[in-house]
Parts: sequence; structure tokens; C-alpha cells
Amino acid sequence: MGLWYSISGIFLLIFFVVIGIEGIGLYSLFAIFIPYMAVLLFVIGFIYRVLKWASSPVPFYIPTVCGQQKSLPWIKADNIDSPSTTGGVVKRLALEILLFRSLLKNEKVEIDAPHRLLFRTSVLLWLGAMAFHWSFLIIILRHLRFFLEPVPSVVVILQRVDSIFQNLLPILYISDLVIVIALAYLFLRRVIYPQVKYISLPSDYFVLLTIAGIALSGVLMRLIFKVDLVQVKEWVMAMLSFRPMPPKGVNLLFYIHLFFVSLLIAYFPLSKLMHMPGIFLSPTKNLKNMSRNDRHINPWDHPVKVHTYEEYEEEFREPMKEVGLPVEKG
Amino acid sequence: MVEEVSKEKPLTIDYTPPLKSWMEPAVEFRKGTYGYPAAPKHEKYLDLPNPGVWQPTDKDWKLPENWKEIILRGMKDRLGRYRSFRLFLDICVRCGACADKCHFFIGSGDPKNMPVLRTELLRSIYRRYFTFSGKVFGKLAGARELTEDVLKEWFYYFFQCTECRRCSVFCPYGIDTCEMTMMARELLNLLGLNINWIVEPASNSYRTGNHLGIPPHAFKSTVDFAIDEIKEITGIQVEVPINRKGAEILFIAPSADYFASPHWYTFLGYLLLFHEIGLDYTWSTYASEGGNFGFFHSADLAKRLNAKIYSEAKRLGVKWILGGECGHMWRVIHQYMGTFNGPADFLEKPVSPITGTHFENANSTKMVHLCEFTADLIKNNKLKLDPSRNNKWKVTYHDSCNISRGVGLLEEPRYILRNVCNEFYEMPENTIRERTFCCGSGAGLGSDENMEMRLRGGFPRANAVKYVKEQYGVNLLTCICAIDRATLPPLLEYWVPGVEVAGVHELVGNALVLKGEKERTTNLRGEPLNSFISPSPPAGSGEGEGERQDHV
Repeated sequence: MGLWYSISGIFLLIFFVVIGIEGIGLYSLFAIFIPYMAVLLFVIGFIYRVLKWASSPVPFYIPTVCGQQKSLPWIKADNIDSPSTTGGVVKRLALEILLFRSLLKNEKVEIDAPHRLLFRTSVLLWLGAMAFHWSFLIIILRHLRFFLEPVPSVVVILQRVDSIFQNLLPILYISDLVIVIALAYLFLRRVIYPQVKYISLPSDYFVLLTIAGIALSGVLMRLIFKVDLVQVKEWVMAMLSFRPMPPKGVNLLFYIHLFFVSLLIAYFPLSKLMHMPGIFLSPTKNLKNMSRNDRHINPWDHPVKVHTYEEYEEEFREPMKEVGLPVEKG
Repeated sequence: MVEEVSKEKPLTIDYTPPLKSWMEPAVEFRKGTYGYPAAPKHEKYLDLPNPGVWQPTDKDWKLPENWKEIILRGMKDRLGRYRSFRLFLDICVRCGACADKCHFFIGSGDPKNMPVLRTELLRSIYRRYFTFSGKVFGKLAGARELTEDVLKEWFYYFFQCTECRRCSVFCPYGIDTCEMTMMARELLNLLGLNINWIVEPASNSYRTGNHLGIPPHAFKSTVDFAIDEIKEITGIQVEVPINRKGAEILFIAPSADYFASPHWYTFLGYLLLFHEIGLDYTWSTYASEGGNFGFFHSADLAKRLNAKIYSEAKRLGVKWILGGECGHMWRVIHQYMGTFNGPADFLEKPVSPITGTHFENANSTKMVHLCEFTADLIKNNKLKLDPSRNNKWKVTYHDSCNISRGVGLLEEPRYILRNVCNEFYEMPENTIRERTFCCGSGAGLGSDENMEMRLRGGFPRANAVKYVKEQYGVNLLTCICAIDRATLPPLLEYWVPGVEVAGVHELVGNALVLKGEKERTTNLRGEPLNSFISPSPPAGSGEGEGERQDHV
């Protein structure tokens, strides 16, 4: 049900752009106002959410330990999965953020006889997630050529490498191909696997469909319905220098692409997409496992009522004396 | 109870999700799948809010009139105090990697036992009342109204999580359902909704020092009984100091060790070890519980119970503290105690009086795990061990959740085991160390009335035990957790009959050759020592066979 809500939502939004551009000709709304608003909402929302997390303290020391602690010198400690140094924490986080290491551990549990469990390594989700995130990142970096003048050589090189198959398949970026496949996988698993389907919310489909909309409109613009990239860059530069004007030499597809990008970045701070900054703050991942060595302070620590030894002895003094246990007050 | 479950019908597991959306709250309180509510007597003793008599199967839970306001205020308060709470509610992408990592899901097939959905039960309320998208888009954004049915669902599912943190290992953001369960339980507590198997032990610990409610004189007589038993088995008269001021070390163990079975033999193991090395130590009756049932209730109650340890160490004037074999006790000591009740600046940095080893990892809390202590003794050749006395056993080792994922104490017990027994086999890798499966009865869920859920939750663990039993003939599951020792025996009896449960220090006690002891004819269980079993492993076993350390 959530799936159909999301799909109809996406079509409604496309329809909205078509009417807005083809029907009424609201070029400034779609090319200037909405993108500006989206960026503004993104920046404010993003900062607000991160500050909100940061304003809640970490009262207790709760790393999820996944390796041998540092204890006796002759026992080999695992400084990544049970980090005892800041360097270890950095490595642990970096491996998680860059390589999605926890997903790599994924395994699938199956019951093969009435009461017999089977564990199968399952790297498909890891593969899909890696393919999606990395190709997305490369695509974003490639787009820097619209934002920077002169275009940095890194971006140029990246673009060249990404289009290395050009001789075989004209103007096809590897990252474009990968992201479309990855998105298809991520979407299909939400529809096909009963458990994943059961936990999926409308917003889960919606985000995937929005990004798919961006990717597909981008690919189509590159392959079939071409736009004048020089004009697009001029429009971006004008926007960046706050002397905005609607772009020339573009088509409806460009407006759909731009609208979905705006939608995504405006929606970003309101959504689960905040997992991107969130992982950095995750207290189960970003703390050392040294809590018996470094005392952690709870900023809201407060006194609690305790049952003192005196109260205890008061209740049990006589029987204690009878069996010869030492007491404070004879 | 166990037989009841098995005779009536074998437990069936079906992973097909129901047709109905999870967003419609509905719980059926079926006998065997929930714990009885806390008795008001114990809630009152601890000054807990809203004590009352009710049953989960009742329609009316006797909630205070403004219950909704209490919950929402409690949520707001905790969102401001715990980054984990707010962050973990915000950043889940519902990728589903955690789904089949929870032992309760694997054993029950109930989708709300997938960690992601367990947390969605809370998250949906958070969205509705605390986020923009939830307030505006409602159900589309995954938001739900807070109703009494939602509350009942919380009670059912957050007392169906053992806070084992296995899901957190597989989550790419480290979202820890344990944190969510702790928060949900704190919220439920505000309305007096808790289970007796948590509140009564907590109240007992508060009053008598231990969760079983053993008064000091009974503690003394149980110790005397142990002394006699040791004399009978070994011919040695051990001394067991209690509440002795000026001892160098305060020793604290889970109270079940000196009262329950098979814990008892681990207790005998402790006493033998301390006698043999001539440790200058003492037990305490005031702080006679390592376990902390307050931890399953709220941070405040955990702190109230934990306070006894330092306060007793101070009163007795010891230099440092040694802790016995217990699971969640060690998560509290390792990750919470310094914060709760430190700094322990009145104690000294822990140094083993026998080997001179400085336990540098415990410089601040000044509390050392017995397995660290014993491993160091063995490494330094301070113990004379005869592992053949454990030849009756083919041993495997169960990593307790809190010890592995809370502390990272993985190799110490294994090192000890390899030195005190001849045949040691690991369970499959997916089920040990940081991936270990819970016994299914931790975090206060170990009561008999919850037996069906315990058997389901413990199923993955039992399944791995079954594997090594069939593969290598394993007949003993060792562990360093008192809740494990209490709850694994009925679990194994149901799923893998023929495998016993023991603490690591029971095997130490068996293998330990005491100065001046008589020839031992029985192990600590009083069973005849069987030296005729050949220590060679059956064909087909390679890795994990009982390798002996060179210096024994």
C-alpha cells in the first residue's frame, strides 16, 4: 500500500512539473525559487538536526564491542573492533563509512529442517549499498564541473575514467549504469523480500523513487533529449552569484531533473537520509573500549537514594552477631 | 513447564509476515510468552511510581489518568538526555540487515521481533509527537497515535528483548536496540508497568544485598556448607573470609553462584582457587550480588544498586575489587560503574598480588574480571593444573552477550579453558564471540512463566550447541554468566538433551592441584572422575580441538 502511495506521489510530482513548465511556463519558479528554497531548507534543516543530536549528551559509555579488548599484554587486542586508541576509532568509523563493513558481515538465517538453522553469507545488500552510494558520490563529484570554473583537473580525470567505455557504448558513464542497477536492486528487494516489504514505509519507497527519477532523467538528458551544457553552466554560475535567471537551451526533462534534485535536498533533513551525518555521532561506533581505564562523566548525573550499610546492619545486626560476622556497632 | 511445552506441541516457527500492517497495534498475551507484572510490595520498597495489581490479560491496566502526558513528557526528557535515543530514532533506514539477527525473531518468526520493527514501535510514536514530517504526514511518514494498545504492545515486545546487542553488530550505523529497550522500559516504569522478575530481584538486592534475598546469616551458613563440601572432595580446609576489614581484595560474584545449581560448582571453584594462591580477600554480605537487576529497569535503579560495590569497598578498606563470572554485571562494571558511582580514587590501581601483573585496563574502575586474573595466573605458571580431571567433558564455550559485546572479553576464558580441559571445541563462527547468541532469558526475562518465549529465544544458541554435540560429541557448555547457568540447562534439556552447563571456574576447580590435597576421586559435582575416556578427539575434527598450552 505504501508502495502505491509513493508511486502515485512521484507521478503527481512529475505531472506538477509538466503543468508548471509546459502549461503555465513558470520557469522562474522551477529554475530559481524552488532550487534556492531547497538549498536553504537543506542547510538550515541539516544544521538544526545535527545540532539537535549534539545537544543531547552521551551519558554512558556504550560502544558495541566486536573484538578482543585490550587487557593482558600477551593477549592480542583488536584495535579496530574494540578500539583502545583514537586512531582505532577513526579506522573503525572510516571502514564503516567508506566500506560499510557491518553490512559485509551480513548473513541470512534459514531453517532447513524443522529445527535446524542454516547461516548463509549474504553480501548482496552490501554490494547494492556500496554500488549505490559510491556511484551516487561519483555522479555528484562529476556535477562539480557545473559549479567550478575552471573545472578542477580531479573532476576532469574522474569524468574521463567514468566514461572509459565510451568507445564501446557512446557517452555512457559507468556510474550511471551502476546507480540504475543498484537502485533497481534496492527497490526490488523492498518489494520482493516479504520481511523487507513488511518493514518498508511509504517514505522508504519515496526516497528510492525520487533518486531514481533524478538518475533516469539525467541519463535520458545525456543520451537522448540533450540540453546545452554551456547554458546550464551559465545558469548555475548566475545562481551562485545571486544574479539568477532561468536557463536557456534546456528542455522539460531538465526541469524534471532539477525539481527532483530540489525535492531530494529539501526532504533530506526531514528524513532517514540524515543517516549520512548520523553515523559520525553514533555512540556505539565512535567510542573507544577503554571504559574501565578512562572514567566517563555523565553531565546530568544526579544523586540517587541508596540503601546504606548502616541501614543494612540495623536490620540484620543480631543474626550477624549470632553467626560471628563482624559488625560496625557492637 | 519445559515438558509442558514439548508435550503439548513442538514449537513451530513461521517466517511469513502477517497480512495486517505492523502499524495496527495488537498483542495477544498468550500464556508462556510474557512475564508476570511486578508485585506492588517490591515496587513500594523501591519507591517506584504507580504500584498496582493488574495482569497483562486484563483489559484495564489501571493506568493513571494522565498516562499519555507522562509518557510523552518522559520521552521528551530522555530525548534531551540520551543522544543514542534521539539519534537511533532518527537514522534507521530500514535496510533490514538486523531482521534475522535477533534470536527472538529467529525463534518466533514474529516480525515485531525484528530489531527494526521493535524500535519502530517507539519510533512511530516519536515521529507523531516529536518530528515535523510525522506531525504533517502522519501515517505516510510512519507515525502512529499513542494509544493504550500501543502501550500494551510496548510492554509485550520490550520485555521480549534481552538487550543482547547482537543487532547492533550488524547495523551499519550501530543502532543498538538495547538502548531502545532501556528507554522503552524506563517509560513503562513511569506508569508502574514492569515485570516481577526484574523488580523483585532488584528490591531484594536493595534490601539484602543480593537478588535472591539471602540474609547475611544464611550467606554465612551456605559458605560453611561449601567449606565442608570442599573438605570432603579434596581433604582441604579452605578459609572463606566474609566482611573482613583490611583485606586486599573485595570479591564480588553473582549471588546465584552460592545458591543455585550448577552455579554452585563454580562457587566451589572460586573458593579453591583463592585458597590455593593464598589470596588476601574477602566476600561481602552487604554487596553480595554482582548482578544488577536495576539495569533491566532504569539507569537510576541500576545506579542505586551498583553504589553498594564501591561503598562496601570503601568501608572494608580494600585496595581493589575482583569480580566473578556474570554477564550483565560486567557490562555495568565495564561501561557504567565509573560513571555511576566513581571516581574510585580511594582504591589503588589493581595489581595481582601473586604475579605482580598490573591490570592496566582497569586503572580507573579498579575492578578486574576473574578470567583476566586467572588467565594471568596460568600464564605465569602459578597454578598446577591437571586437565585430565575434566576428561569427562567435551567442552564448548558460550560467549555471554554482555561479556562479548559489552566488554570484549573473548580470549581470556578460552585461554583458561584450553589449560584446564583436554577437549575444547568452538561452536560455528556465526554464533560465537561478537556474534554470540543470547541464552534467550537475559535482561529479566528468565522467569518460568515466560518459558515458551525463552525456548524460542534460546533456539539459535541451542542449535549451535546441537551442532557441536553431533560433530564432536560435546557434552558440556561452559559460560561465564550466572543467568546463562540458570537458564541454559532447561533450554538444552528441551533442544539438546545430554549437554550440561558449567562455569569456567568449575573446570578450574576440578583441574587445580592443591598443595596437600588427597587424591581426588570425584569432580566438584561429586561425580566419579573418569580417567578412562581417551582425550583424543573423534575423527573429522580439526580446528578447535583441545590444544594444550606449552607451559602447563
